[in-house]
Amino acid sequence: MSNYTPTALAGRRLPNRWDGAALLLVMGLLIALVGVGRGTIATPIASIQNTAIHLSPMWLPYYALRSTARMFAALAFSLLFTFTYATLAAKSRRAGMVLIPILDILQSVPILGFLTFTTVFFLGLFPGKVLGAELASVFVIFTSQAWNMAFSFYQSLTTLPADLQEASRSFRLSAWQKFWRLDVPFAMPGLVWNTMLSMSGGWFFVVASEAVTVGNTNFTLPGIGSYVATALQQENLKAIFYAIIAMLVVILLYDQLLFRPLVAWSGKFRFETTATIAGPEPWMLKLLRRTALFQDIGDVLSEWMRALTRLRLALPAKRQIDENAAPSKLVDTIWFTLITLTAAFAAWKIWLFISSTLHWSDLGTALLMGFYTLLRVIVLMIIASIIWVPIGVWIGLRPKTTRIVQPVAQFLAAFPANLLFPPVVLLIVYFHVSPDIWLTPLMLIGTQWYVLFNVIAGAAAFPGDMKEAVANFHIKGWLWWRKVMIPGILPYFITGALTASGGAWNASIVAEVASWGSHTLTAHGLGAYIAQATAAGNTPRVVLGVVVMSAFVIIVNRILWRPLFAYATRRTTLG
Amino acid sequence: MDQPITQPLVTIRNCRQAYHKEASADLVVLDNVDLTLNEGEIVALLGRSGSGKSTLLRIVSGLLKPTSGEVKWRGKDLKGPAEGVAMVFQSFALFPWLTVQENVQLGLEALGVGRDDREERSEEAIDLIGLGGYDTAYPKELSGGMRQRVGLARALVVHPDLLLMDEPFSALDVLTAETLRTDLIDLWMESKLPVKSILIVTHNIEEAVLMADRILVFSSNPGRVAHELKVPFPHPRNRYDPAFRQMVDDIYGIMTRRAPKEVQAPAAAAPTGFATPLYPVSTNLMAGLMETLSGPPYHGRADLPALAASLQFEVDELLPLGETLQLLGFAVLEEGDLLLTEMGRKFADAETDDRKELFGDALRAHVPLITAIRAVIDQRSNHRASAVRFRDELEDHMSPEYAEETLRAVISWGRYAEIFEYDEEAQQFGLEEEDEDEDE
Repeated sequence: MSNYTPTALAGRRLPNRWDGAALLLVMGLLIALVGVGRGTIATPIASIQNTAIHLSPMWLPYYALRSTARMFAALAFSLLFTFTYATLAAKSRRAGMVLIPILDILQSVPILGFLTFTTVFFLGLFPGKVLGAELASVFVIFTSQAWNMAFSFYQSLTTLPADLQEASRSFRLSAWQKFWRLDVPFAMPGLVWNTMLSMSGGWFFVVASEAVTVGNTNFTLPGIGSYVATALQQENLKAIFYAIIAMLVVILLYDQLLFRPLVAWSGKFRFETTATIAGPEPWMLKLLRRTALFQDIGDVLSEWMRALTRLRLALPAKRQIDENAAPSKLVDTIWFTLITLTAAFAAWKIWLFISSTLHWSDLGTALLMGFYTLLRVIVLMIIASIIWVPIGVWIGLRPKTTRIVQPVAQFLAAFPANLLFPPVVLLIVYFHVSPDIWLTPLMLIGTQWYVLFNVIAGAAAFPGDMKEAVANFHIKGWLWWRKVMIPGILPYFITGALTASGGAWNASIVAEVASWGSHTLTAHGLGAYIAQATAAGNTPRVVLGVVVMSAFVIIVNRILWRPLFAYATRRTTLG
Repeated sequence: MDQPITQPLVTIRNCRQAYHKEASADLVVLDNVDLTLNEGEIVALLGRSGSGKSTLLRIVSGLLKPTSGEVKWRGKDLKGPAEGVAMVFQSFALFPWLTVQENVQLGLEALGVGRDDREERSEEAIDLIGLGGYDTAYPKELSGGMRQRVGLARALVVHPDLLLMDEPFSALDVLTAETLRTDLIDLWMESKLPVKSILIVTHNIEEAVLMADRILVFSSNPGRVAHELKVPFPHPRNRYDPAFRQMVDDIYGIMTRRAPKEVQAPAAAAPTGFATPLYPVSTNLMAGLMETLSGPPYHGRADLPALAASLQFEVDELLPLGETLQLLGFAVLEEGDLLLTEMGRKFADAETDDRKELFGDALRAHVPLITAIRAVIDQRSNHRASAVRFRDELEDHMSPEYAEETLRAVISWGRYAEIFEYDEEAQQFGLEEEDEDEDE
């Protein structure tokens, strides 16, 4: 199975002042969103038509369709964003200096924390219309997809093979032609893989963003997510069971009809000069490739696409490189001043926004809550590693088992874990146990699979000759783990662990507060802090919570995962 | 278009390519290069890697703007890739996601040639270059030789006046390379190639003599045209013709001749010896070559072309090796021959530990950088020295790539001679445990 470095790990080490400026700009932007929304918050947004959700399973196919449609709408926006934002960042040195740190920050911001800002903004944009709510939901899904896609595309653009770039220049391709002939195809395998991961992760947010309450405003959009929310209110366990089945079917279809064919197809664009033995062709791809009708349709589509990409749009393409040309100092100075001023303005705005209602003690509370959640994440990661690493290695070393289990693990990773919350909540309510402990596993229920399937991939990729050498020298037991297997899978494990822990932070916002009918369970933590502030419509607190959580995620990434990953790849690869 | 036929395709005057360094003198890649390309000739740029010949090719192609100097294409200043120039790449530079046909049509699409015309011309080029039947194959399904044929077809399809080839056959095995060369020359002789002139960059002396009408031999550091030779033999040329062999021998001589020592500005002359770039030649390779040289049939003296042939080495591999041995005093390069010195003989006869000692002596005597590193280690109370400062110092005198190579060479040689240890993680030089104890 293909593996790509998670974008949070692969990033180059960026100068810290840019990170600071980026953090200020991102938060400033969020507050600006709220500001725009606030102007209209007085108008009765609550009056939008809330469609009644029917709990009859007859309605589920329709709801599933609506949810899926939202997912694809978000995907379209994500692709548009990826192609423009990443291209700009890669082609313009000055833009890249700001855009990439911003992207890095955005990646670490808990998406569900956005919910308040974006809901207020979009509802304000289209007061009283369902469109605003739909856009708000799509935007949440977009924010769960776009960043790592853009990052992956940016990384591809900065690693374009020099000879192909020279060939494009020397054959005088226009910028438009080069984009479609070189940039996009080269980025395709990474982009497809990241898109698919994004979409897998996206189901979680589809479910979370369809039924939203911000202060006294709430909206319900027809979809699986609101179906579940309604079932929770009405304490209807059967309906939740139906929803789980429906979701399983949707994800199975998505996996078989889209994920597998697309990933296999993107192998065509892999930049390698030797033909590799590919795995079995997914049946859907086979169907598309071998059936005359589909072939004809495909031919027509690709001919249109080609005609479009062949256009010699007269965008200025830089063909001759002058290595001695120094960037204009004056423009640089103006640019930097501009950024500094904007960042300072953002800082001032943030200060105004927060200081009017919050005290220093609020920051203390948020930090303390952050540490609670951090503790949860650490404990969960340790438990998950102890469970999944041995199992993953066991599976990965057995090719037959791997072939069966690997797709299942990937499938499970796509399943929105929030659908599984109600049964757990029910048990906690029933047994009267401490939510502080027993709500915790919910955070990792959905993302632990990343640990499993990455470990499987790592063990499966362990070189055969090294396995033979190990057997030849009778290396067994603890020594085998310590000197052979753990170093062997380390980069893969870190990839999985990073994804899992990042997901856990995000999930804490929905996992630390759970309800069943009139019962509401709350654990202590930053997620609950944000969730409660959101429900109460206390935007300054939400901002504070989001900033603190982002800071936690960024710091953990910078001081733990990134150095660890760099160390692992350096030490465990030859040459 | 009423200009006389004798007008050259390309004229380059006083071309210089340098990278500006803030701390010290500029790094000069190409210096004072003149070049004229006429219609109807094949010209070879022959030189070692790093001699700037590929840089010159990129300047001719319009991909790169020289720091100074005049570049004219058909009498007009060249600003960016010209329409009548097409390039063939060492790495083939094929787009793996495009079929053979789509790859070939790429240049035509950029020119906005209509569909029917495109198909017709690509078909023509594919057939001409012997790729018929492979139209719908993807590059990764093809062998290296077939891939380079695609590269050729892609360049020829635009009917360029000038075909630029950047080491086009060096990524291929010997037999395949030979087939492609002869095919190309045959087409050229039969005037079937839709090109007026060919400029080929190579480090392979035989290839240059086999194909070119004119050879420009480059000297390194900075790159200059050291010699210009006309190749008088008619095509098809015979490698085993004595005159052919003599010419190859002569060029070996030219390429191993020591460049006359420049009178250097005092600022550039570094007393510490930081200014000499070193090649990271492995100690195993050096030892192997010295053993080979000392034994039969060479008995201490070998003709470089013969040695290269029997060891299956490219000039580009053999020359750095010979030069490193010369630098360390183990051998001498003389008019295309490699001679083992007394030290070299001693080394070849010695056992492992003695070899290490001999090698250490040679390093201390001839590589001031090694001595400098050891001195810094000894000065420090913790017996460690950061590699970064040495790299920075090297970069004051050479390009970052050369600095990196030089440092790698020094690390590998110093480790072999057990002069110091190196910690890759920390990027630090240090001493072996026992050495440290001795010192204290």
